[in-house]
Amino acid sequence: MKAMYWLRLARARLRGLLRKRSVEREMEEELNFHLRMRAAENAQQGMTPDEAERAALRSFGSWARVREACRDVKGGGVVETLIQDVKFGARMLRKHLGFTLVAVLTLALGVGANTAIFSVVNAVLLRPLQYPNAERIVAIQELNEKGSRVQVTPANFLDWRAQNTVFEHLAAIFARTSNLTAGDESERIDLAMTSANFFQVFGVQPQLGRFFVPEEERAGHDAVIVLSYGLWQRRYGGDPSLVGKSIVLDGQPYTVVGVAPAGFQYPDKTEAWIPPFQLVPTISAQMNIERARGFGFLSAVGLLKPGVSVKQAHDEMTAITARLREQYPNTNNNRFNRVVSLQTHLVGESSAALLLLLGAVALVLLIACANVANLLLARATSRQKEIAVRLALGATRLRLVRQLLVESMLVALLGGAVGLLLGWWGVDLMRGLLPVDFPRAQSIGIDLRVLGFTLLVSFGTGIVFGLVPALQSTNPDINESLKESGRDSAGGARRNRVRSLLIVSEVALSLVLLIGAGLLFRSFMRLQSVELGFRPQRVLTFRLAPSGANFRQDPQFSAFYSQVAERIKTLPGVNAVGVINTLPLVKGPTTAFRVDGRPLLTPDKWPGVNYRSVSPDYFRAVNVPILKGRALDAHDDVSAPLAVLVNQSLVLHDFAGEDPIGKRINLGGTRDGQPIWFEVVGVVADVRSLELSTEPTPEIYTSYLQDPFAGMSFVVRSAVEPPSLVPAVREAVRQIDKAQPIAEVREMEQIVSEAASQPRFNSLLLSLFAGVALLLAAAGIYGVMSYSVTQRTHEIGLRMALGAQTRDVLRLIVGQCIRLTLLGLALGLVSAFALTRVMSTLLYGVDPNDVPTFAGGATLLMVVALLACYLPARRATKVSPLVALRYE
Amino acid sequence: MPKQDAKLLQGTLDMLILKALSLGALHGFGVGQRIMQMSAEALRVEEGSLYPALYRIEQQGWITSAWGVSENNQRAKFYRLTRAGRKQLQIEEENWERLATAVFKVMQTT
Repeated sequence: MKAMYWLRLARARLRGLLRKRSVEREMEEELNFHLRMRAAENAQQGMTPDEAERAALRSFGSWARVREACRDVKGGGVVETLIQDVKFGARMLRKHLGFTLVAVLTLALGVGANTAIFSVVNAVLLRPLQYPNAERIVAIQELNEKGSRVQVTPANFLDWRAQNTVFEHLAAIFARTSNLTAGDESERIDLAMTSANFFQVFGVQPQLGRFFVPEEERAGHDAVIVLSYGLWQRRYGGDPSLVGKSIVLDGQPYTVVGVAPAGFQYPDKTEAWIPPFQLVPTISAQMNIERARGFGFLSAVGLLKPGVSVKQAHDEMTAITARLREQYPNTNNNRFNRVVSLQTHLVGESSAALLLLLGAVALVLLIACANVANLLLARATSRQKEIAVRLALGATRLRLVRQLLVESMLVALLGGAVGLLLGWWGVDLMRGLLPVDFPRAQSIGIDLRVLGFTLLVSFGTGIVFGLVPALQSTNPDINESLKESGRDSAGGARRNRVRSLLIVSEVALSLVLLIGAGLLFRSFMRLQSVELGFRPQRVLTFRLAPSGANFRQDPQFSAFYSQVAERIKTLPGVNAVGVINTLPLVKGPTTAFRVDGRPLLTPDKWPGVNYRSVSPDYFRAVNVPILKGRALDAHDDVSAPLAVLVNQSLVLHDFAGEDPIGKRINLGGTRDGQPIWFEVVGVVADVRSLELSTEPTPEIYTSYLQDPFAGMSFVVRSAVEPPSLVPAVREAVRQIDKAQPIAEVREMEQIVSEAASQPRFNSLLLSLFAGVALLLAAAGIYGVMSYSVTQRTHEIGLRMALGAQTRDVLRLIVGQCIRLTLLGLALGLVSAFALTRVMSTLLYGVDPNDVPTFAGGATLLMVVALLACYLPARRATKVSPLVALRYE
Repeated sequence: MPKQDAKLLQGTLDMLILKALSLGALHGFGVGQRIMQMSAEALRVEEGSLYPALYRIEQQGWITSAWGVSENNQRAKFYRLTRAGRKQLQIEEENWERLATAVFKVMQTT
């Protein structure tokens, strides 16, 4: 690829060169002919041949001017001078290889970082979704009174569908997992139960067969399934005759009616879709329709009618929800909603972090530009005479600025090319670093838009860092520059001011980055040191969701879980085995609850608590202490009274000053019209259940023997490294029921680490950028101070001759550096103060204006600045007064 | 030799060149000569204007050039009016006439 490009370029160059020569030759010949004719004419009028020729030349005027005028028209014109400039620039860059290398690498760093981050922004935020109807697809989110997203309830969804006028299609999705059995092997797949019109929302066409028809949404219809292209290929080898055949899912036969097109997987990772037989399922005996209105487990997507805006849809849905709140105050009192484009819905909170990072790399690039501008300024000084002479000889300023800009552009484009390579590598790096479940991560890469962005950024930087030096050094103050003592002149002072300004801004920009990185880092450290409440070390987790004919009743589930737990407990190296419906740091169900004997509230006023079901050994397996009362045990089974544990937070929240033991609570369930009561038998310590950054919230734990879930997670505490247990665990489950696959095999530590992956990603990248910024700023300060010392050699020599000591000279140079740095720090602190506010949503436990971070950043930068100016300052002290004075 | 007095507007020069070539192909020197003849020695086209103008007009596609042999047996580049050039000349003549009449009228008014 690369070689071809150069070959083509070389050929084009050569042709231009050859052609240009022949054009010039023709022009020359034509003008010569003209001269000869004129001379002949003159001779006819009686001049001597010599005279005639001279007169002809005279009448012709300035030969060079005519030729130039012709060339302007005939030659490439602007293009030709551009080519000249490029050639000249390239020559200059080759001649000053050191400068070129440093400048190109500096820019490459900046451009590379920008390319890498932009490629993520592009894939995640900018690239439209790859669905035929992409721009009309919206997500309808249900919110609670705090504005947090909750899942859509089936009853509400049906009302939305019946009452809205804005959607062409409104589809409900219930994402879950399922066991796919083929022969002897079972596999756990991500499955979505969707309303029949689901595929119409996206506008996709089946690869094979058909999608659902409305009748299939209703109860009693044959069970049908649509497979993803991936599953069809992977499990069935792309067999085109699969349509119409039957496959077994959760022990039940489903008829394959179609295959979705390649690449269609919504929700993410879904491998098959089935229609819901009823949108209000009965999950257990405790469920009734009234509660179903308040029990959400769906998400909703809609296709807007043509011409309807997201805003219009949002307004109408808000009105419908308001009506529902009035109609069903018990369940809907705290339900609100929001309509957003599907893209916004998918990207969610990642966009804040991405935009922050994009801003950060832009700052890095600015600093890189400042450095290169500095280098250019320093070089402009040495080229000052050349430029002055050319100005004096009549070159226009525009022409010179253009030439200098072309040089800058060359540097910028070279930097951009190297930066693209860096960025390419950076994209790979980013893919590895991205948090788990980062939206649309699979599409991150370098595409045309990223290339365009890089090119644009390169051109932009060329102008940014090239323009000021170009304007400065072509300032047509010719006398000033031509004077031998030009470097002490006013022009020099002005240049120095520009240079100082660059330093000040570099320091300010770096400080902003440092403080941003510091804040993210501190908040990440806070997260890391959060009191989890449980011990994640040496704990293996996996999930079982048994299905099939043997799993119809609660006791069948409980029995299976107990059996598996018992079997695993006997494995060598295993200390304890616990079972829980949802692992800590994984989103799980909540339930309303009320305490017996308290005044009866309407259900919408019932507080919500996390709802967990555990085996007796669970707390031992994850090292959560029982603070009061007793633990659950094997006696808390179906034949015993319903028992429940509560956590410390719940006690503080609902039983302040009371003894919770022995109190009875209801979780909203009724049997024969009577509330079902659970007795509180113990209190356990708090754990971080939801997110690392969320304080423990009230939580209840039922016994899995009395209240099992259809899918539960196992925690296996071991004396050996957890991964070494996996084969034995797999085998143990297989021996009990080979149709039940184990899924989500992970170490608990991994879960904890993944819970912090977004903050880790943010803080890692921003720290990286801040580090680069710091390095660049140090290089910049070093460069300017070195230059300043060289420039002031005479002055320093004079001072020393007049009795200045080493100390005084050091103070002189370091003082200059400190003044500039302090100015930059002041500017940076003010900017950071204003800017860090935007990142407050990304912080945990740290104030956006955290004083230690601000102070630390400033101190670090000051130290680095001092280090950077130490070498130049020392060189200044080595100035020999005699040599310095003789120089003049 | 009369001093050239009339400064030619650029558009006018182009028109004159086209007019000069309308009678047949000429080399650059010949174009200058022809204009001088036609203007009864009143208009002398400077070389510094003539050749750039020729190149410009050529780029417009109104004339084409080819190497040939001059009356005194030298290699010379000859310019020839194209069809587009002839049309252009017509347009410019009309424009010129209109302008000239208008200017004349203005100058007649006392």
